[in-house]
This record gives sequence, C-alpha cells and structure tokens, in this order.
Amino acid sequence: MTKASTASDRTPSPTLADRPATGKVSVRNVTKVYDPEGAHVVALDGFSMEMEAGDFVAIVGPSGCGKSTLMNILAGFDTLSTGEVYLDDQLLAGPGTKPLPGSDRVVVFQQGALFPWMTVLQNVTYGLMKKGELTREEADAKGLEFLERSGNLAKIASSYPTQLSSGMQRRVEIIRALINDPKILLLDEPFRAMDTVNKNRMHQHLLRIYQATRKTIMFITHDLEEALFLADRVIVMTTRPGTMKLDIAVDLPRPRHHALMASDAYLAMKQQAVLAVREEAKRAFDRGEREMA
Amino acid sequence: MSDPMSTTVNDTANPPVKRLRKSRWTISSWNWRGFVSIVIFFLAWQGAVSFGLPGFTKIPGPSEVVQTFVRDYLFSPHYWHSWLVSFERVFWGFALAQIIGIPFGLFLGTSRVFNNLVFPVFEMMRPIPPLAWVPLSILFWPTNESSIIFITFIGAFFIITINIYDGVRSIKQEHIWLARSLGASRSRIFLRIMLPAVLPAIAVGMTLGIAVTWNVVIAAEMIASDSGLGRLTWEGYVSSTPPVVIVGMISIGLAGFLSTIVVDMIERRMMPWKYKR
Repeated sequence: MTKASTASDRTPSPTLADRPATGKVSVRNVTKVYDPEGAHVVALDGFSMEMEAGDFVAIVGPSGCGKSTLMNILAGFDTLSTGEVYLDDQLLAGPGTKPLPGSDRVVVFQQGALFPWMTVLQNVTYGLMKKGELTREEADAKGLEFLERSGNLAKIASSYPTQLSSGMQRRVEIIRALINDPKILLLDEPFRAMDTVNKNRMHQHLLRIYQATRKTIMFITHDLEEALFLADRVIVMTTRPGTMKLDIAVDLPRPRHHALMASDAYLAMKQQAVLAVREEAKRAFDRGEREMA
Repeated sequence: MSDPMSTTVNDTANPPVKRLRKSRWTISSWNWRGFVSIVIFFLAWQGAVSFGLPGFTKIPGPSEVVQTFVRDYLFSPHYWHSWLVSFERVFWGFALAQIIGIPFGLFLGTSRVFNNLVFPVFEMMRPIPPLAWVPLSILFWPTNESSIIFITFIGAFFIITINIYDGVRSIKQEHIWLARSLGASRSRIFLRIMLPAVLPAIAVGMTLGIAVTWNVVIAAEMIASDSGLGRLTWEGYVSSTPPVVIVGMISIGLAGFLSTIVVDMIERRMMPWKYKR
C-alpha cells in the first residue's frame, strides 16, 4: 500500500499501481453439489473464469446463484465436487483436496466478522504473529501504522468493534485483510447493509485502496450499478445451478468518481447489463425462485 | 486492560469520573418515585396489620419485625452464622455447576460423538426439578451438607450447561473461518475465538444459575438441614414466631440481591467489550 492511499474523502486518488506479480486466479469447470439428506442441490454447474493478477472483478447474481459458494471455495472454507481452482498456477482446490484457508485470501463478509471481544488493534494484528516473523510489539507497530495510513484510524485502535459505525467496522475489516498482504481480496457483499451515503463513501474508499495496491479483487454483490461502477469486469451469474450468464468488460477510466455514474458511457453499459439481468431474473421468477435480492 | 469500573462510559468522549458522578449521584437521576413507593409499601403493610384486615391477623407489622430483628438477631452470632452457611452452600453449588457445566456444555456443542452419547440422558434428567432430588440425594451422599450442595449444584448445572451448549451452536461460522484464514491453530481457535464467543452465554448461565441456586438452597434447607437462612425462616414458622419468618425472608432476599451484584461484577470484568459503548 502506498502512502496516500486513503487519507480522507477529499484526497485525490493516486495513480493506478502497476499490475502485481501475484494474484492470478483460474477457476476451471467447477461444479459444487450439496447433498443435504440425499436431495441434490447443484450450487455451481461447470463454472469457469480467469482473473489476471490485479483485476477487479465483480460477480453479480440472484440469491442462491452460487456466488458465495464460489467465494467459499476460493477462500478454502468449502470443497468443490469437480473442477479445479488455481491461484498463481498452483492448485488451490480440486476434487478430494482438503479445503485450506490462508491469509493470502482473506474474506470480508457482508454481516461483518470482526471479533467483538478484541480491540480494533487486536483484530487487525490477529493474523500477523502466526507466521512467527513478528513479535507482539512489531505486530502492534505495523497494525498502528496501517490504521493510521488508512485515514488516521490509529485513534480507534483500542476501541471495541461495537463502538464503531458499520462503515468504520468494514474499513477495519479491510485493513485486517490487507495487512496480511493477500494475493486476492475476497469481498462478499461487504456494503450490503449500508445506506446510500455510507455506501458511496465506502466505494470511494475501496477504489482508492485498489488504485494504491492493485490487489486482485473479487467483489460479490447483488447490486449491478455498484458492480459496474467499481469493477473492470462484471460477471453475471444465472440462478441455480450457477453458471456464467454474461461477462461484461467495463471499459471506464480510472480513477473513478461517482460523477461517472451520470456519464453516457456508464449509462449505455448499464442499460445493456440491466436488460440481460432482467431476462435472467424473469426466468428465476417464473421458476418460483427468490428474486434478485 | 482498563479499570473495570469505568467500562460503562465511553472514555474517549467523556472522562469516566465525571460521567459516573453524573449518572449515579446527582438529584436529577435519583429515583424519588421509587423511594415514595417503598415508603407507601411499608405504610400499607403496617396499616393492614394495625386495622386487622382479613389474613393479616397473624402477620406481624414492619415495626414488630424491625424490633425483633434488632433485639434478637442483629447481634446474634447464630443469625450471622446462618448467612455464612447458606452462602457457603450457594457458593459451592454454583461454583461446581460452573466448573463442571461449562466444559460439559462446550463438549456437547463441539463433539458430535459426545453429544450423541450423552445428550439423550441429559435431556431425560433435565426436566426433573432439583427438589425432587432431595430424598435420593440424602440416601446417596454421606453427609447432610454434601447432599444439600449436590441439590444446589443440580439446580444450576442444567441451566448453565444448556445455555453454553446453545452459545456454542450460535458461534458465527465466519469467525471460525476467518481465524483459520488468519492462520490460527485448533487450540488457538478454541481459546481465542470459541471461548470468548460463548462468554455471553456463560454470563446468562451465571445470572440464571445464581437465582436458581438461592431458590433451591432455601427449599433444601427447609426440608433437610438444621442450619442456614432457609432453616431460620422455617423455624420461625414452626415455633410460631411470625416476625422471625419475615426476618428470614428479607435476609434471603438481601442475600440473593448481594449475590446478583457479585455475579454482575464478574460478568463486567469478563466481557469488557460488552459494556464499552
């Protein structure tokens, strides 16, 4: 992370960092079948996608389309039935491999998953000493430095998460992921429960982080506008069983600001995407499944 | 760790001392209505006894109770010994229920094998009221004291265990996942994630447990003991000295209240994050 990454809302975004060497993801023909008491539920059906290192990809789809399943497989929380997932050309998950979570793929969850019994600093530094490289003091110093760099947050280091607003909690969570220098950031509808104003601020915050670090980001959302605004690619998934319906290249310049949402380029792109998603939503509706959440 | 007494206030916004004083001791926050209602309660009680309202003919008024208390009990070692004995029983029953109930609940929630083996028996015995254990307990345990502590233990044990079992099952899956992502070993996940996550459930178990413990110990003392506050109250009835019954009742109420305060203090110390806002 470079210095000016997230100082405040008015700070201009830094120029886009170079593509990193790591963070290339390859999802090949992945199928996931849940088998609760014998009833087959196919969550993912032959899903494939490639992400170059430094890509910002958003995945959009109705509830139950398997987008969280995909993220759980990537994060190492869940197994897959068939297919393979590679991270930087190394096999991450295949049929029969044990799910292996790692600090190179930390997830930011939609409900927020800071540990409420730890202070902000303890949360942020939780993963740092596991590798045996840092002492408690070094980890704390690094944690404070990251908090300070991310919008002068060092002042809340000894607060507990319940004392913070949801936006602040999410920022801390993102710092907790970034401090481990992950190859890929996995964001599972992180701003879902927020009102529009806070959501917009978090968008700017995330975009600045992306500008500065150029981490590979997989951003799961049900909100198409959010996806188009943030990502370089938007993948629209079908309802269960989840397959890829559309792969939209978002050819909008960076750095991005909310004014972009009024531009012709953005609106044209949105129109095309909305039509495609509506078609899929209608199919889901006709089949009696839950609508686009 | 910060001073536990200051955890109710947000120390970044307001200095703790100032806020404490304001919320606790100024006239504006003093509940004068509560004071009035307590005064009215005692006046009504005294009035009902003085006028001999139906049912009140055999019941002493507050003045008589206070007289009896000051004359016969306030300076009586026997009376204070009753306090001590009851508190000891509550302490041991409660402490044993925690020491055995907490790991028991944790195992029930984490080990499927243990759960499958033990939970049916647990559920079979749980509905039996603690006092129904009295006869069997007296037959089984060698001393009266141990049987009373056992009954007290039974009262708190099931409540504590079932609360912790519930607490384990409601641990957020995301927390476990994240801890694993961040490289935590199984033992560290247990110590740093699961244990703190069930602390609120342990606290609920403690609050409910201490109340049940007092209920049970008093009844057990009335049935099966020759000492303690429960016995004191019962003897007041048997010896036809009603003021003693009321002295006993008030003492029991006070003892329960004091225990609740202690439990509350322990809970605050246990979970500083819950009380810091």
